[in-house]
Parts: sequence; C-alpha cells; structure tokens
Amino acid sequence: MERPLTGHIKTGAPPLNFKEYIKAGGYNGTIKALKEMSPSEVTTQVKSSNLLGRGGAGFPTGVKWSLIPMNLERNYPKYLVCNADEMEPGTFKDRFLLEGNPHQLIAGMIIAAFAIQAQTAYIFLRWAYKKAERELRKAISEAYREGFLGKNILGTGFNLDIHVHTSAGRYICGEETALLNALEGKRGIPRTKPPFPATSGLFGKPTVVNNVETLSWISHIVEKGADWFKGLSLTGTGGTKLYGVSGRVKRPGLWELPLGVTMGEIINEHAGGMHDGYAFRGVLPGGASTDFLVEEHLDVMMDFSTVAAAGSRLGTGTMIVLDDRTCPVAFLQNVEKFYALESCGWCTPCREGLPWVEKMLSAIEDGKGKMEYLDILKFHTSYMGPGHTFCAHAPGAAEPLQSGLRFFHDDFKRHIEEKKCPWK
Amino acid sequence: MKVVNIRIDGKPYEVHEGKSLLDTALSLGLYIPHFCYHPALGSVGACRLCAVKKFRDTNDTRGRIVMSCMEPVVDGLIVSINDPDAKAFRAAVIESLMTNHPHDCPVCDEGGECHLQDMTVMSGHNYRRFDFRKRTHNDQYLGPFISHEMNRCIQCYRCVRFYRDYAGGRDFNVFATHNNVFFGRHEDGTLENEFSGNLVEVCPTGVFTDKTFRGHYTRKWDLSNAPSVCVHCSVGCNIIAGERYDTLRRIMNRYNGAVNGYFICDRGRFGYEFVNGKDRILSPRTRDSRDVEQAEMPADQVFTALEPLFSKDRKIMGIGSPRASLESNYALLRLVGEENFFHGISVKEQSLTRAALQFMQNSGVVVPSLKQVEKADAVIILGEDLTNTAPMMALAVRQAARNIQITEALAKGIPFWNDLPVRELAQDRKSPVYIATPVKDSLDDVAERSFRGTPAGISKLGFNISSVIKRQAIVPGDNDDEIRNLAEQIARTLLNAENPLVIAGITCLDGNVLNAGMSIASSLLSLNKKVMFIPVLPESNSMGLALMPGKSLDDAADTLSVQGTDTLIILENDLFRRADEDTVANMFGKSGRVVVLDYLNNPTARAADILLPATAFAESQGTIVNNEGRAQRYYKVLAAGEGIKESWQWLNQVSGIRSDNVPVSPGHFDDIVASMVTALPVFSAIKEYIPDADFRMLNAKVPRQTFRYSGRTAMNAHRAVSEKRVRQDPDSPLAFSMEGRRESPPSSLVPFYWTPGWNSVQAFYNYIDHPNGSMKGGDPGIRLIGQAERVNSGSFEMIPGYFESEGDGWLIVPLYRVFGSEELSSAASSLRQLVDDPAILVNRRDAERLNVDDGDSVRLETSGKRLVVKVKIENSLVSGVAGLTVNLPGMNFVDLPARGEILKI
Repeated sequence: MERPLTGHIKTGAPPLNFKEYIKAGGYNGTIKALKEMSPSEVTTQVKSSNLLGRGGAGFPTGVKWSLIPMNLERNYPKYLVCNADEMEPGTFKDRFLLEGNPHQLIAGMIIAAFAIQAQTAYIFLRWAYKKAERELRKAISEAYREGFLGKNILGTGFNLDIHVHTSAGRYICGEETALLNALEGKRGIPRTKPPFPATSGLFGKPTVVNNVETLSWISHIVEKGADWFKGLSLTGTGGTKLYGVSGRVKRPGLWELPLGVTMGEIINEHAGGMHDGYAFRGVLPGGASTDFLVEEHLDVMMDFSTVAAAGSRLGTGTMIVLDDRTCPVAFLQNVEKFYALESCGWCTPCREGLPWVEKMLSAIEDGKGKMEYLDILKFHTSYMGPGHTFCAHAPGAAEPLQSGLRFFHDDFKRHIEEKKCPWK
Repeated sequence: MKVVNIRIDGKPYEVHEGKSLLDTALSLGLYIPHFCYHPALGSVGACRLCAVKKFRDTNDTRGRIVMSCMEPVVDGLIVSINDPDAKAFRAAVIESLMTNHPHDCPVCDEGGECHLQDMTVMSGHNYRRFDFRKRTHNDQYLGPFISHEMNRCIQCYRCVRFYRDYAGGRDFNVFATHNNVFFGRHEDGTLENEFSGNLVEVCPTGVFTDKTFRGHYTRKWDLSNAPSVCVHCSVGCNIIAGERYDTLRRIMNRYNGAVNGYFICDRGRFGYEFVNGKDRILSPRTRDSRDVEQAEMPADQVFTALEPLFSKDRKIMGIGSPRASLESNYALLRLVGEENFFHGISVKEQSLTRAALQFMQNSGVVVPSLKQVEKADAVIILGEDLTNTAPMMALAVRQAARNIQITEALAKGIPFWNDLPVRELAQDRKSPVYIATPVKDSLDDVAERSFRGTPAGISKLGFNISSVIKRQAIVPGDNDDEIRNLAEQIARTLLNAENPLVIAGITCLDGNVLNAGMSIASSLLSLNKKVMFIPVLPESNSMGLALMPGKSLDDAADTLSVQGTDTLIILENDLFRRADEDTVANMFGKSGRVVVLDYLNNPTARAADILLPATAFAESQGTIVNNEGRAQRYYKVLAAGEGIKESWQWLNQVSGIRSDNVPVSPGHFDDIVASMVTALPVFSAIKEYIPDADFRMLNAKVPRQTFRYSGRTAMNAHRAVSEKRVRQDPDSPLAFSMEGRRESPPSSLVPFYWTPGWNSVQAFYNYIDHPNGSMKGGDPGIRLIGQAERVNSGSFEMIPGYFESEGDGWLIVPLYRVFGSEELSSAASSLRQLVDDPAILVNRRDAERLNVDDGDSVRLETSGKRLVVKVKIENSLVSGVAGLTVNLPGMNFVDLPARGEILKI
C-alpha cells in the first residue's frame, strides 16, 4: 500500500533534511512544475486530480486556485497562506506532517505559489507546535540556501518568500478568514463572505488558504499525475488520508490509509479495537465539530460524501471514540465548554448560545438539570445552525450536540431524573 | 441607481438596486429589528437580529433565513419579514442577548429611550428561560462626559465601530473574547476623541450614557424639547435641547442630512451647561459711576434708567456680535442706524470673513455642505486645525478620506455598505487629504501628507499649488524644493480629482493663507474644473454678521477716540476677547454710558453702566448663518427667568424709547424678521422658507412635549396647588404643551424623535426619507449663498515682501483648543474640566535654546503685551515658531500672529 505523505516519516527520527529529501526525489514535482509547466497547467492538473481540501471542508483545491485572478497587474501582490493552526480537538495530523516532513510542505507550497503566481507565502502555525516551528524554520532556511526559495528559484525567474507566523492561539484563527485577520495583526474574528479570499484576502489581495495536508500533496500530484492520485483512494475521490483515533482504543494513533476505508477498519484494525473492559458507544469522526456516529455506522466509508450521507462530516478524519465508561453528557459538556470559550464574540447566537448550552450541560451533569433543558438544548442546535451565525463555529459546535441529544437521549433523561450523573 | 422589483411579504415594491435589504425596508417604513447596523456605519452582520426569510423563487415555500443587513437588493428578490421562522429567530436573538442583560430598566438612564427595549418589544420575546448567573463586568471612569455600565452591553460593536472606524479614536477598543468581550479603554481615563458623546446615541442600550445629564436626570418622555442649532462653532449642527423644571437638561443630535447627519461633537453636546451655570446674568444691574460696583436694579426702573440714554438727542453707537442672532444684530442695527453699527470683531477678522464671503458669492465655486465635504475625493486644508476649530468638519474630512475605499470596493463588486469587506479590501488606502498647518493635527492620520510651517510657509505652498495648476512659473524667489515638490504633487492630485475641495479658514488670522486657498480654487475654476471651497469661521453667526452692513471694532475704537458717544450699546459681546484691554478701556472712557446686553457675566458685562440680562440660545428664538451660508433657526425650550429677555426684545423696546413710542413693547419676532428682510434683502429667503409663528398643522401648534409627559399638574404643587397657565410662545409655531398634532412637523420644527414603537433616537428613521437621506420634506435651513452663475475666478496675490522675515524674535501663532477656546462652552462645568492651562508650544530644539523644559514658566512679550505661560514641547512646530493657545478662559486678548520674545523666568 502506497503512503506518499508519510512514507518518508520515521517516528522518533528527525525529518529528512534538504539533501536527503532531494535524493528521495521529494522535490521532483517542484522542479517539474517550475521548469516544465505553466501556472495554469499546474492548476489544471490539481483540478483534474480532484484533490479535496484536507482541512475539513473538502473544497476542491484546484477550483480554489482557479478563482485567483491571473495576469492582472493590479491584483499584485497575491498571497499563499498555509493553514497550520491545527486546533480541532482530537486532531494532530498536520503536526505529524510538519514535524515529520517539512520539506514536503515547502515543496508543495512552492508549486501552489507558482500556480497562483504569489511571491509571498505565510505558514500560520499553531503557537503550541514548537517542534514543528523549529523543523519548519530549519527546512525553510535550507530551501533558501539551495535556491528553492528566494529570488529566481531554479533560474526560472520565479520568486517566493515563505514566512512562518506563530499564532497567538485561538481556535477561531483556524477559520481561514479569521486567520487572515490575525495574520494582519487584527482581532481574530471571521470576515464577511463573500467576498472570498480569492477576491480579497490577506491585506485585501487575492489569497489562497490551504491546509498543511492539502499542500503536502501537491508535489506528489504534479510529479505522478492526477490518475495516479485518483487510484490511491477506494472511492475515486482521490488520494490517501491521514486518519487518527483517540479515546479508549488499544492503539490510539495516526495512519495514512486510502481515502474511503471504513470507520470500523480504522477503529478495530488499525487502532486495535476498544480497550479491554470498554465498549464502543459512538465516535466523532472528524474532530469535535462533527456529528456523532454510532455502532451502526462502523461500515461507513470514510470519505467526504459517504460520511456526509451518514449524517456527519469527514472533517479532519481524526476521530474521538466515546466508550461506555465515559459519561456522554460530561463528554459533550467538555466539548461545548471548549466551543463557548473559543467563540470570538462577534455574533449573538454563538457568543450567547454556546455559554447557555454549556451551563445547561454542566447543570445536567451535576444533577441540577431540568427536563425543559432538553428542549432548550435542542432548540439551540437549530438556532446556532448554518446560515444563522456569522461563521461555521457555532454550527460546528451544534453538530455533536444535536446528534448527542439524539443518540444519548436516555442518558440525559437519567441524569435529570436521578438528579446525578450515573457515571459518578 | 437602477430601479428593480422585489416582493416583501407578498407585496411588490419598486426599489433601488444595490442597497441592503434592511436599508431598503427601513426606507419603505417596514420595520426590521436590528442592532449592529447603523446607517452611518453600514452593515456587519454581527447581531443577527435583522433575520428575514429569503425565497429562491415563487415555488420555494421553505426559504432560508438570511440577515437583511447583508442581503443586497437585486431584481426579483423575494423575502418575508413576518415569516414565523424569521420571527422566532429574531425573538431567540433577543432571548440570547437578555441572558446577560441586567433587569435594571427602572433605574437605567436609557430606560424609555432604549433601542434594546424597543427591539425587545418589536421582536416579541418576553418569557425568560435562562436561569443561570449573568456575566458581569467592572465599569470604567471615562471622564466627565460619559458614564460606563458594561453589564448592560449587548455586544453590537457599534461603539467601537463609531469610535475607531468612523471618528478615528485610538483610546477605545473591544477587549477579550467569547461572551466576555469588553468595550472600553485599556485603563480608566477620559476618552480622548472629540466625538465621544455620540456613543450615548450610538449605543443601543445604557452602556454609554450622558454623565452631565445624569447630574439632573429626567426621563426622555418628561423632557420638553425644542429644535435648536449649536452655537459653539461656525458649522451650525442641528441639535435638540431638552428642558425640565426650567433647567436645560441635555443636548442631543438633531438629524440634518445636509449638515451634521447623526452626530455632533463633544463641545456641542456638553457645552450647554453654561446655560444653567453660575456665570449667568440674572437681573438688570447698574451703577452710577464707574468707581463703584454694579448693583441690582429693580425691573420697573430699567426703562426709567434707559430713557435718558436713548432719547432722540443722544448720540448712540452699537456693537453687534458674531454669537448673537441675525434678529438681535438687526434690532441693534435698526436702533443705532447703519452708520453707527459696528460688528464687534476686529478689522482683520471682518475683512477676512468678507473676503471669503465675497469669493463664495461671486467666484463660481461650489460651496459644499458638510455632507458634500464627505464626498470630496481630494482635499487640501490650509491653516485650519479643523478638529479644534470646526470639529464636525474634521469628521466630514475623515469620511472623505474613505471615498477611495468605496470606489475600489465597488469595482470588486463589494457594496459600499458592506463595511468590513470594504475596509479589508482597501486596508489603509485613503483618498488624498493634504494638511498644511503650523502644528500637528488630529486629522494627520488620514493625511497623504502633512506640511508644517509658518502662515507664510503655508501660503507659499498654497500659491505654489495654484501656480502649478495654472502652469505658471513657481512663485518668484522661491527655491525651496520641499515646497515645490509638494506643491506639484498636490496640484496633480487636485487636477485629477472629480470633487476637489479647498478648506481655508480665517482662524489663523492671516490673509495670505485665505488668499492662497482662494487662489488654488480660482486656478482650478479657470481650467473649468468643478471645485468646492469652504472656509472655517470663528463663531456661530460670523457668516450672518458678514452679510450685514457694519464696520469693525477697530473702526468703532477709532470713531470713539475721535468723536466719542453719549451711549454705547454692546450686544452679547465680550470685547476684551477681541481687543486690547487698553483699547476697550479707552472706548468705554469715550462713551458717556455703556449699556451691555448679555447672558454670561464676562469682563465687558462687568464694565457696563447698565447691564441688561439677555437670554442664552436655549431661552431664545433666532436665526444664525453657518459657514456655508445656511440660515438655520433655533427655538426656545427654556423659560427665561423673571426680567430676562431676548436681546432683540430689549432692543425693540429701546427703539420704542428712541421713537417716543410709549409704552414700549418687546414686539413680535416675525415683525423683526419682516423688517430685516425688507432692509436687507440678502436675508429674504429666511422669510420664505422658515415657517413663521402662525404656521399650524391642522389648526394646532407643534407640541414641545411628548404625550407621555408626566407631572404637569404636580410639578409646582410644592409652591402652589393651582395649575399655572401653560406658557405661551407667540413667536413660534411651537407650543409649551403636550397637546397638538402628532404628525411629523416640517423638518425645521421637529422637537424630538418619537413614533409608536420607537422610543429611542433610532425613531429618526421615521423622520428621514431614507437612511442617510434628507429629512422628509427637505433638510432644515436655507442657503443664503448660491453658486454664482458665471465663473469669475479672480486673482489673488501675496502681499509683496511677505516672505521676508518681519522683525526679530519668535513668530507667535494662535492655536485653538476644542475645549477652552470657545467662549460659551468654556463656562460649562463638565467641559471646563478638560480645559488646559494656557501654554506656549515650541519644539524641543527651540526649548533647549531657551534653556526651558516641559512645564516651565516663561514670559511672553508680544505686541506690547506680557504674559506668563507654561512651556509645552511640541516637536511638529518648525523652528522659530511658537504656538500660543488662545481664547482660553481668563486669558487676555493677544493680537496674533505676531513677532514676540520668550524669556525664561
């Protein structure tokens, strides 16, 4: 089985340095793109590979690039931004790539910047990723030294600077437009859309924001082609995916697997199944802001459309497993507390709705809940729904809540009726 | 804009394309609740209250919720405001906001005029389900004007958007995150921005309230109100004055689409306290000889005392005032005759004002309203520190600087009202504003370039710009590259602009600066460019006075020293602010008796032989003309104390003495207006356009009081149980009553904003034709200066030899302070707290040369005057120039700009 993204990563060993990565053919795609292809050819190839954004939303990467206005003097400068602000609870896939193979990301970013003709790129990095920062800075300085960054890259006349920006650390800064505000030194609140970053992004200029995992794919796709990429997945969507599992499983971890492998296979084979004495109750399949899936969904193929059809989202593909010895109310209270605190405070349903939700969940968990809270909680899942809020933060927070209320309804009732948490 | 068809709740409407749905609905009189949208600030989609249902087409029955503030109006748009889902969502938003809002309406200052109360009722939320503790905040001390009560905050972000984005303030922001966001300063302290008072009206609830109003608080519905006009600078912002128990309680903004829109400055809002102040003259006073102090005079003896002074055989002279109404000035002019009427301003100020007026009338320039100033796409400001001399014009220029952002956004398909994307796209790009002043300026942050120099340097720059525009040689003798390059840059910018604007005031009291400004404008005119020109004038009725015949104060002094007079009568004017102490003393010495009419006990009032108590603006009716030549009328809201009369009434009565018309009557306001327009036809539009006293709406006067006005029969019960007769106001179409027609009166007579369901200031929606538009039926006021039909650009020249150094020593230039340099507001107790001591500003190098540091005292000697002032280091001043803060309370008149000596003591 091919593992293009993680093939060069050895746990416990330092990442490949520039020379080693070149020797491994890691920059082949970059050299090919800059020397043999035009920007539009690169974009076309990425488009035809059907690479879907790995940050969670699954937007086609090539389409995103093709929205950038080309050959218009007045649109300069343009920007490429790598979203490395990985703060989704339970998610650690980008960290693995950043720490394990920073040159893979740089190789991809050079191509992406070339495709949209951006001369400046930023990596917006989660503040806590100290090791990733060190490895990135080291790799970037190597790339400068070797003529892969800076002026006149590989003698092609193309210039690119990459800057690492460590974030101040808010979840919302992972939202691409809040990220842009933060990068400009402004409050990290999302922006009005439209206009999208392709029209008015960083410093008001056309900008592409891509996730680490997405950009790490680019040099491989350019080198080996769209068909090769498509052949990697089981569902035809294209590529492999980094899947992760946390929770009370035997071997929590991260694996690069063909896109479309079933949830059951990931949990039961790769993660080794539940720990002895723990039973599976449910799972948040793609980070904390995705709907619960349960036992009946274990054979769902983990790709964007299939998970969506099952009532949740692939999200980041890193799942959190809920077991039978963990209280689902306390689990949700913990999740919602996070979202309430990480609300940027801009729009009303999110800023005021989430704290209320969290307070009710806390009260229920503490045995002080009232039956009408269940109605108020349910009401909040639609009140904070898509289109009702300024960005996707509160709708994301509403996803585990709405499915949790449905799948664990009896547990909620027991808390309220027994005036205590049955797990305590 | 294209007209398109849309459907709202099944009804078809023809509307303009491109505006937001919320804006459009409000124009149509359809109420959609909202918080974060403000017509001046645009849409940001934060509060989510303006939700409506949008349908794809007529077959779509489900629809989806959208925010009407963010929804552009396009052809075929189908929406529902009354859709049950949309209504439920709006109620839910209010429920959310109420989770933390205190239940303190009964003791909240905002209660009864609270936008949150209005929206809560409108949205239908009433039952509280939230049963947890509320989040609380600590409040801050924000200075003498604004009270802070953060617990009431509903996080609409209007305050920070107004304060920072609109008004350019830096010392206020939003802090923290999630439901803990906090709006305030980084630490306790006085808000620095000159427009902070607008937070009171911009805030939809009681977070920011008027601290001066708190000192004598009254519910909005218990106030008696009158439409008024601000008297604290030459811009003439429209205000609402509110009264209770015979004291002036507060000033609020009154919308005028052509002038101040939704906002006023802090001097205008908080300067009113002088009306209630301890400095008022409350009774007639007199003295038999100048060696003794004045003593109170019984009211029935006033005319006995006045009669001999104004009998026919007496030689009389009158001095008018730029802070008195047209009617009072005219009454004086009529009393003393044109040849004996003097303007009460220096010859320098008078000739500069008249030169500006003459240019505005005859050159063919467009004289812009404040609203038009906001539309300029290139601005050059010569010699005026707008923030300190005409704050609202500074605010307008700040908006003009944003025009390029709106143009760029439109080019990218972003509507102008979509505030955040417009700002994100344009970042810090600004339309060109050039500022040439002696000292750094609050507007510098929006300026493309700021030039610092002496008045001579500023005019040299101006004349160079003018020369470049006309492709003439650079001003001879000039070899300064900086000025030449800058002049070329500015000239190019002005030539490329579609709406260039020249602002050149007269407050720097240098004719060359004004001439330079007029020269730039006339150069542009000579190339058939459209150009706007607006001056800043020193006082609220400077322009009105300039339109009247009359000589200057210097002329009065000369006349008096030659021939003297029996009686000198001075109208609302403290001559010691305008001329040398000795000069004024000589004038009084040459006058047999000096009669003064005024309301503040200033040095001139104290020097009078007979002092007649006059009414301040809130107790008066009058017309004043602002710097663009717009005549506007203010009406009385306050009963004048016993024996206190409006100046024109006093003067009318004195005229009676003069013409042997006994008994003397105060006369009728409309009669004096009629007499004035006959004598001075330049004012005839006033009679035509401003309603006179017998205007009625369906046979009734316009009530000053709300129909909820309470306590009418009880207010004076502690004095007498019988109800007093309602006060009569024969001079205006307004009544001191709660009875009358409730329909919207003509725009100039709107005493307060209220319509059913709208108790807050946001009720203004129902008085304007559309958000940011005009008042229904046209904005108040009438322009007396039209655009000249034929361009007569004229030519302006510098005074020869002007640039050569005249005399030795320092060049002392006048610097104005928004708080302190204006006479009336300086007598307001809260505002007075922000008035600094007089200071002389010099740059660091010059200070070192003088061997002095910040805060040291120095002796300043200039034009025969000596005064001791504190040094303040201000590095933006050029070397050799010192700025003296002028007109501050207690300061003597200093004739500036002038050469002088600064000596360390």
